Amino acid sequence: MKHGRYPFIIGFLIVPVAIYGTFVVAAYLQAFQLSFTNWRGFSPDVNYIGFDNFTKLFHDNVFWKAIQHHILLLIFLPLLTIILALFFAFLLNVGGGSKGGRTRGVWGSKVYRVVFFFPQLLALALVAVIFARVYSPDESGLINGLLHQFGGDPILFLADKNLALWSILAVLVWQAVGFYVVLFSAGMGSIPTEIYEAAALDGATRGTLFFKVTLPLLWNTLQVAWVYLGIAAFDAFALVNVMSVDRGGPDGATTVLGLEIFRNMQDYAQFGYASAMGVVLFFLTITFAALTLRVTRRDAVEL
Amino acid sequence: MTEIFQPEVDRRTLLRRAAAVGLLATPAVGMLSACVGGGSDDDKASDKPKGTVSATNPLGIKEDEPLEIIIFNGGLGTKYATDVDIPSYNKLFPNSKVTFNQTEEIATVVQPRFTAGSPPDMINNSGSKLMDQGALVQAGQVQDLTDLYAAPSVDIAGKTVKDTLIPGTVEQGTFNGKPYVLNYAFTVFGLWYSGKLFKDNGWTVPTTWADFTALLGKMKAKGITPYGYAGANAPYYQYTVILASAAKIGGADILKNIDNLEDGAWKNDAVKQAAAAWAEVGAKFSNKAFLGLKHTEVQLQQNQYKVGLYPSGSWLENEQAKDTPEGFDYQLMPLPSVTTADKLPVTALYAAAGEQYFVASKGKNPRGGMEFLRHMLSKAGAVGFTQLTKTLTVVAGATDGMEISPGLTSGNKALSAAGADTFSFRFDTWYKKLDDELRAATNELMYQGGTADKFCDRMQKAADAIKKDSSIEKFKR
Repeated sequence: MKHGRYPFIIGFLIVPVAIYGTFVVAAYLQAFQLSFTNWRGFSPDVNYIGFDNFTKLFHDNVFWKAIQHHILLLIFLPLLTIILALFFAFLLNVGGGSKGGRTRGVWGSKVYRVVFFFPQLLALALVAVIFARVYSPDESGLINGLLHQFGGDPILFLADKNLALWSILAVLVWQAVGFYVVLFSAGMGSIPTEIYEAAALDGATRGTLFFKVTLPLLWNTLQVAWVYLGIAAFDAFALVNVMSVDRGGPDGATTVLGLEIFRNMQDYAQFGYASAMGVVLFFLTITFAALTLRVTRRDAVEL
Repeated sequence: MTEIFQPEVDRRTLLRRAAAVGLLATPAVGMLSACVGGGSDDDKASDKPKGTVSATNPLGIKEDEPLEIIIFNGGLGTKYATDVDIPSYNKLFPNSKVTFNQTEEIATVVQPRFTAGSPPDMINNSGSKLMDQGALVQAGQVQDLTDLYAAPSVDIAGKTVKDTLIPGTVEQGTFNGKPYVLNYAFTVFGLWYSGKLFKDNGWTVPTTWADFTALLGKMKAKGITPYGYAGANAPYYQYTVILASAAKIGGADILKNIDNLEDGAWKNDAVKQAAAAWAEVGAKFSNKAFLGLKHTEVQLQQNQYKVGLYPSGSWLENEQAKDTPEGFDYQLMPLPSVTTADKLPVTALYAAAGEQYFVASKGKNPRGGMEFLRHMLSKAGAVGFTQLTKTLTVVAGATDGMEISPGLTSGNKALSAAGADTFSFRFDTWYKKLDDELRAATNELMYQGGTADKFCDRMQKAADAIKKDSSIEKFKR
């Protein structure tokens, strides 16, 4: 059968590769090409203007504002999500103490595990619409409705410059935690119970167990989570587009690169400029992924 | 699960994924552009009449050539096209098959077709996803409508199409001297209120600023939010009001200077006074929470008698038709005079032709596209449009004497009271960036503790930046 292997594999791959090549790779290449033009989207001809778009980008305040927001998301989205997910995963797997030589989660952990995963199943646009209602500034909003019942002043989650981005970050975290709980649970499940047992015999507390046993053995999984969440921090387009006041507002307080690309393309018909932003985003993401993998490189613990 | 995360495997997979996920936004641009350099234009000379010019066919269209039109399906619906205009067109040209399409996202559907060189013949460029009309004109994709305006009207005897229009209509669609776009719907802009609410409370329409704020105070005392607009997606309504006040204080030239990006146009005293007056209304008589609401939410609150006055255009009544309670009685009031020495009288109004329709110059049947517009501009077409949408058209006096709805009648009355004192601006369609900046500045002024000085400085800076930017084509009026 060995001689027929390559035609067989190629036969399977040719269609997806062709589709990928046409709709992804070719589109990327064209975005690079367009970033050097002042194309406005309505004529078949394009004019090349060298690096003008990138120079303009460098002096664009909104662009830097978006970058700042990405940095903030880049720090807090992975941090909060991973801390929460680790905490929940630990409770679900180890938090119940050990019985008969097996570690267990807290009572009802099987149910929680499923419940935590629910947000992952909802489409992002749906999540955005739901949370727009949760955050609504008048008494029809979930939170402000409750506050109103108790006579409190409404909190302008999305309409307050200082709160808006954090409110959106909270939704991102809410949506992501479930997936990482499951991921970390799987990772914890693969840690041999003898190690916990041995540590417990040596008198380790739950805290010590977590920091000295669980965490090091989960390092690879954590690293993966960090990169994934970092990349998600470079996106955030859907939530910002649907939820934020005045699209990316108030006053640019929540804008992200994805939204600016969309705005320049869709509203201002500046396709060349939008492509230049896309190219910058490409390099930012790649750099981030490469850096993270370098910095977090550690010898994996062989089990 | 563990085997997926073997160190060597996951590093490579990850980098690949990183490239794929992080770039989600990039291919979107590339996708749309996938046809750049494709269909080149081979100048079909389709601009010239292909058929015989006659009294019933003044534009000389080829009688059996098909026609493709696309209509934005929004507040106005599409019924006017399918039930009024297409039958009218087909009555004269039964052999020309009309392909009708509608969409809620004009740019998404039509933009790629321009790039590919096969656009529809007549396009209603409207909605939140409309195409940049200036960029279309700049790219030479829009048909010059001079011949249409010179052609005789379909059913108003002895007049050319141009003669039947409200003065200023043709100019409203002119880009650097040539009429490219027909703005068909005629919109009156002002403050809307419930006639019933006013009658029940014995309130009257104020004409001076002192009376106006006194009225707002009375509303507040009743537990009604006196005034509000939706900051989340409709600050546009509020900035129209601010600029209209500025025009009333200092004359319509204030707006002309803003449109033409004149130096210091935004720092004019009239703009500053208007901004200060409205900032006070925002601070004292509105609700900051509206900054986070959408226009439909605020409009619904007005229908529930929770909001007193709401700034909007005359499309409001139709838009709210299904939420408006019985007897609500939409009424329009012109903006009260801010000072006692306003240059324009209190009856002066922001009124303009809007809702863009244009013909693709590089389409298959541009003459047919123009002929279709001629039918929209017939008296029957205009009456049908107004009946179906409760919106006036630019065909002068087409619906005079007809009782269609209270809001429409009220708007009409205000319009005739204004006489020649109507004004409008155009920078919002010419320079979308300026429009975006003004939205943010307006929210800051009204709901985020901004001041008139800050507002004027900020807008002047934005206007100057656009003036300096050589990549943006400039327009003059």
